[in-house]
Amino acid sequence: MNEVFARGPSLFVRLAVVLVLSVSAMIIDTKVENFATARTYLNSMVSPLQYIANLPGAMLSWSADRFSSRQRLLNDNEKLTNQVTLMSEQLQRFRILEQENKNLRKLLDAPVRDSMHKMITELMAVDTNPYSHQIVINKGALDGVFLSQSVLDDSGIVGQISEVGTTNSRVLLISDVTHAIPVRIERNNVRFIAVGDGSLDSMQLQHVPHSADIEEGDVLVSSGLGEVFPEGYPVATITTIIRNESRPFAEVTATPFAKLDRIKYLLLLWPQATAPASAIAPDAFFPDTTLPEETEEKQ
Amino acid sequence: MKLNQTLIPVSIIVAFILQIMPMPASIDVYRPDWLLLLLCYWTMALPNRVGLGATAICGVVLDILYGTSLGVHSFAMVIPVYLVAANYQRFRNYSVIQQAIMIFILSMLYHMVVYWLQYALTGVQFRFEFLWPVITSVFLWPWLFWFLRRYRRLLRVT
Repeated sequence: MNEVFARGPSLFVRLAVVLVLSVSAMIIDTKVENFATARTYLNSMVSPLQYIANLPGAMLSWSADRFSSRQRLLNDNEKLTNQVTLMSEQLQRFRILEQENKNLRKLLDAPVRDSMHKMITELMAVDTNPYSHQIVINKGALDGVFLSQSVLDDSGIVGQISEVGTTNSRVLLISDVTHAIPVRIERNNVRFIAVGDGSLDSMQLQHVPHSADIEEGDVLVSSGLGEVFPEGYPVATITTIIRNESRPFAEVTATPFAKLDRIKYLLLLWPQATAPASAIAPDAFFPDTTLPEETEEKQ
Repeated sequence: MKLNQTLIPVSIIVAFILQIMPMPASIDVYRPDWLLLLLCYWTMALPNRVGLGATAICGVVLDILYGTSLGVHSFAMVIPVYLVAANYQRFRNYSVIQQAIMIFILSMLYHMVVYWLQYALTGVQFRFEFLWPVITSVFLWPWLFWFLRRYRRLLRVT
């Protein structure tokens, strides 16, 4: 049925009402702290849409898995076996070093660092919104994910959890303009704050004095200050330094180690105390090879 | 009769899926504004069915999906849709090329408003990449218009 005469309030009044409601929603969303819980419910409500949108990609990768050739699987298998052998050899050395480090720290009365529990998660959706860098992963509150948990990939820190849903959650990437991470240079422990600049392959270091001991190619690792990210994970490497004396600070750009534009599998980290039962324990692959602690008796 | 009522919501859900479907980063910057184009079409063709209210709800859902502050996309989308709703009879008489030019202006307006709001809320920096969707939307419009008109007439959406 076509209506010749419009009913209800005029178009302009409706526009004004929607605009006012939108602005108040923005203000409530950014200023009211407890609104995050409401967003969790809203996220869970729209997550079916995300699952459907993810289907074509999931089907493509499923069929690619099904139809990959036998020769390629054999090659992959061989490559991975080699990699595992090499890595477990390295791991053995690392375990001895770790034990040694622990013992030395005990001698110095320094607190022993806990290793983290981990869980592997998969990327579900990437935000297509160019103004913020966020991704959605397929683990949520049911798996024990908590707010501001650290997320890593195989080469470095990716970001932190910004919203937890029931079965999925949202990760804010380190390259987002609203994200900052405390780092230190691996070489000399000088501390900085690395801020995302809205592009996937660069970050800026803030408030770097012109005289700071910093070089191109320096490796930045998380400093553990701020108590969001655990200490000592690689974050970025410094690519350019512009020391323009007319500016108050040097302009330092760094490139994240994590491949933020090709994320597929990610790691979630838990501190030992709060880890859920389903998380992988740090020594899961070497259950019965704990080294004897000798130093305490020797004293 | 009941089927006809659900066809517009179905098309909106499809637009949402196209809007958030994961794509490789290199193609992603060219993603057209599926949802905005669809809402513009329905507002023009059936202004008594789709209007500012539906647009506001879609905008909030898009905000939840995108993880932006609630209200950003409803604010930005409702302005172009208002312009279409106020001039829908004029729009219907335009040729498809003229409509595409209007879509350029509407889509540009939408992206600029989203950018301004995001700038006010988080301080993002402007990049010209943000405006690629405007171009792709303009080129998508003639095809989408043709498709949606067939969809509407064949399935008798009223």
